[in-house]
Amino acid sequence: MTAVPAAPASRGLAAGRLRAARGPLLLIGLLLALVAALLVSAGTGQLAVPPAEVLGSVLHRLGLDAGPLPSHPQGDATLWSVRFPRVAMAALAGAALATAGAVMQGVFGNPLAEPGVVGVSSGAAVAAGAVIVFDATALGSWTVAAAAFAGGLVTTLLVYLLSRDGGRTEVVTLVLTGIALNAMTSAGLSFLLFLGDQQAREEIVFWTLGSLNGTRWSAVAIVAPLAVVGVAAAVALARPLDLLSLGDRAARHVGVDVERLRLVAIVVVALLTAAAVSFCGIIAFVGLVVPHLVRMVAGPGHRLLIPASALGGALLLVCADLWARTAVQNADLPIGLLTSLVGGPFFFWLIRRSRRTAGGWA
Amino acid sequence: MSAARTRPVLEARGAGVERGGVPILSGVDLDLHAGELVALVGPNGAGKSTLLGLLAGDFAPTTGQVRLDGQPMADHRPRDLARRRAVLMQHQALAFGFHVRDVVAMGRAPWHRTERAAADRTVIASAMERADVDHLADRLFPTLSGGEQSRASFARVLAQETPIVMLDEPTAALDIRHQEALLQVARAEARCGALVVVVLHDLSLAGAYADRVCLLSDGRLRADGSPTEVLRGPLLSEVYQHPVRVIDHDGTPVVLPVRGGVGCAPSY
Repeated sequence: MTAVPAAPASRGLAAGRLRAARGPLLLIGLLLALVAALLVSAGTGQLAVPPAEVLGSVLHRLGLDAGPLPSHPQGDATLWSVRFPRVAMAALAGAALATAGAVMQGVFGNPLAEPGVVGVSSGAAVAAGAVIVFDATALGSWTVAAAAFAGGLVTTLLVYLLSRDGGRTEVVTLVLTGIALNAMTSAGLSFLLFLGDQQAREEIVFWTLGSLNGTRWSAVAIVAPLAVVGVAAAVALARPLDLLSLGDRAARHVGVDVERLRLVAIVVVALLTAAAVSFCGIIAFVGLVVPHLVRMVAGPGHRLLIPASALGGALLLVCADLWARTAVQNADLPIGLLTSLVGGPFFFWLIRRSRRTAGGWA
Repeated sequence: MSAARTRPVLEARGAGVERGGVPILSGVDLDLHAGELVALVGPNGAGKSTLLGLLAGDFAPTTGQVRLDGQPMADHRPRDLARRRAVLMQHQALAFGFHVRDVVAMGRAPWHRTERAAADRTVIASAMERADVDHLADRLFPTLSGGEQSRASFARVLAQETPIVMLDEPTAALDIRHQEALLQVARAEARCGALVVVVLHDLSLAGAYADRVCLLSDGRLRADGSPTEVLRGPLLSEVYQHPVRVIDHDGTPVVLPVRGGVGCAPSY
C-alpha cells in the first residue's frame, strides 16, 4: 500500500471494514475445510466409504437419524475403530503444534521459533523415550504424556534462557541454539536406542519418524484434553502477546506483566508440544508453516492468529496424513517425514527472507 | 509555581543505579509535580535515559528510592502503573508487521475491560491526529521511516491517556515542523494537568518548552530550575566541555555552541 495523503476517507473506512470481516471469514472457511478434510480422510483407505456415508455414520452415533449409513458391512466398524481415532489424532496434533508455534513466535518475537526447529519436540521425545526404555508406569497411561511434558518444558526453558539476550532473540542465536539442542537430544535418543530392547527400539524409531499409524481411542482421550486446554490457554494469551511485540520494556509500559506472561507461555508451549509428541512422535515444521501462512492472509494480531493457526494446523495434518496413507500403495509413510520434506525448504525460504528484511543477521 | 505546594507525583530520594559495579546514576533527589513539563538534559552518558527508566519503574534503583504517589515503585502492579504513566522509548521496535492503527490501539490496553474502553475509538482517532499520523493509519508500522515510527509511537503514548507522560528523546528523528508540533502537544498535556518528563538533546527546544530543566552530568543532578536559571553559558560550557553561548530571544534562552575550525587529521 502506498501513502496517498489525499485518499478519500470512505476508501480507508471500506478497507478497514474489509479487514475486520476477513477474520471471521477465514475462521469459518478453515472450519469448513477441516470438516470436509476429516470426512474425506476418514472415508479413504483399503475399505472406501463415501464422505456422505461417513457423515451419516457420525450423525447416527450422535442420535440424529440423518444421512446414509455405510453400505459396506464392515464400514461402520472400520470407521469407528480405525479411521476416526486416527483422523481425530491428526487434527488434535496439528492444532496443538501450530498453536505452539504461534505462541512461541509471539513470545520470542521471532517468526522462526517452532517446537521442532528449536529442539523442544525432540526434548519431549527423549523424555518420553526414556519412559519406554525404562518401562516406567508411575502415572499409568498418562506416564508417557507427563514425561513428554516435562521434557518439553525443560527444553523450552533452555532455549529461552540460551537464545534470549537483552529482551530480544536474534535469528542466528535461535537457529544455532536449535542446532545445539537437536544435537544433544538426538544423542539422547541414540543412547536410548542403544540401551533399549528390540521392542523399545522399534517404538523409539517410530517416534523419531513421527506417525499416526495404529492410533487408538485411549491415546486420543489423553491428547484431546491436553490440546484443548493448551489451545484455550493460548487464546487467552492473545492480547498480551500482541503487546509483547512492542518489546519487553514497552510491553511493560502498557501494563503487561512480562515475566509472568513468559512463564505461562512457556508452560503452554510445552503442554501443546507434549500433546502432539507423546503419541505421534516428532512432526516438525507444522508450527512454522501454518502461523506464517495465517499471518500472510490475516496479519499478525494474535486474537485471530491463534485460533486460525489451530484450525489451519488441524487441516494441514489431516491432509498430510491422508497423503501419507495413500501416496504409496499399501504403505503408510511416516507423517513426520512428509512435513519435514515440505517444511524444510519453507524454513530455508523464511530464513532467507527474514535475513533480507531484518537487514543482515540482526 | 503553584505546583510546588502540592504533593509530588513522582519523587526520587538519593536514587542511584549501578551496572556491573560502575555507577551510572548517583544521589538523585527529585520532586516532580503534576502540571510540569520537565526537560532532562545533559551530555551523552550523563544518565538521562537511566533516570527516565528509573522514574518509569523499568528497574529498581540500586540505592535510594523512587516513589509514585507516595508508594515505592515496586508496590505498583504493571497494569496500575500503565494507567498512571506512559513512556515513549528512544528506539521503537516491533516484532511483527502490525498496522499503525493497531500499534496506536495498543496504548489502550491498560483500559481494556474498564468503563473507559468505551471511548477507545475516539481516543485513538484523536491521538493519531495530534501526532499527525492519521494519514498513516493503514500503513504497516515497519515500513515507516524512523521519524514516522517515532510519531506513531507518540500517538500510542497519547492514546494511553495517563497523567504522567515520559518521552525519551522524542524529537531526535523528527523534522523541525514535527519537533515543534510534538513539544506543543506535550506542553498542552502539561497545561491540562499532566506531568511530562522529556529527555532532550536540543537545549534551545528545552529552553522554549520546558517549565523546568534538570541538567545531568556524570550521573549526578548538576542543576535543577527554570530554563533561564539552568541554561547559562558558563555552566553549560563546563558540563558539555565545549564553549557555549546563550542568547536571550524574547525571554527564552537560545543555546548556541561556539564554532571553531578543526584541523585535518595529520595522516592526510
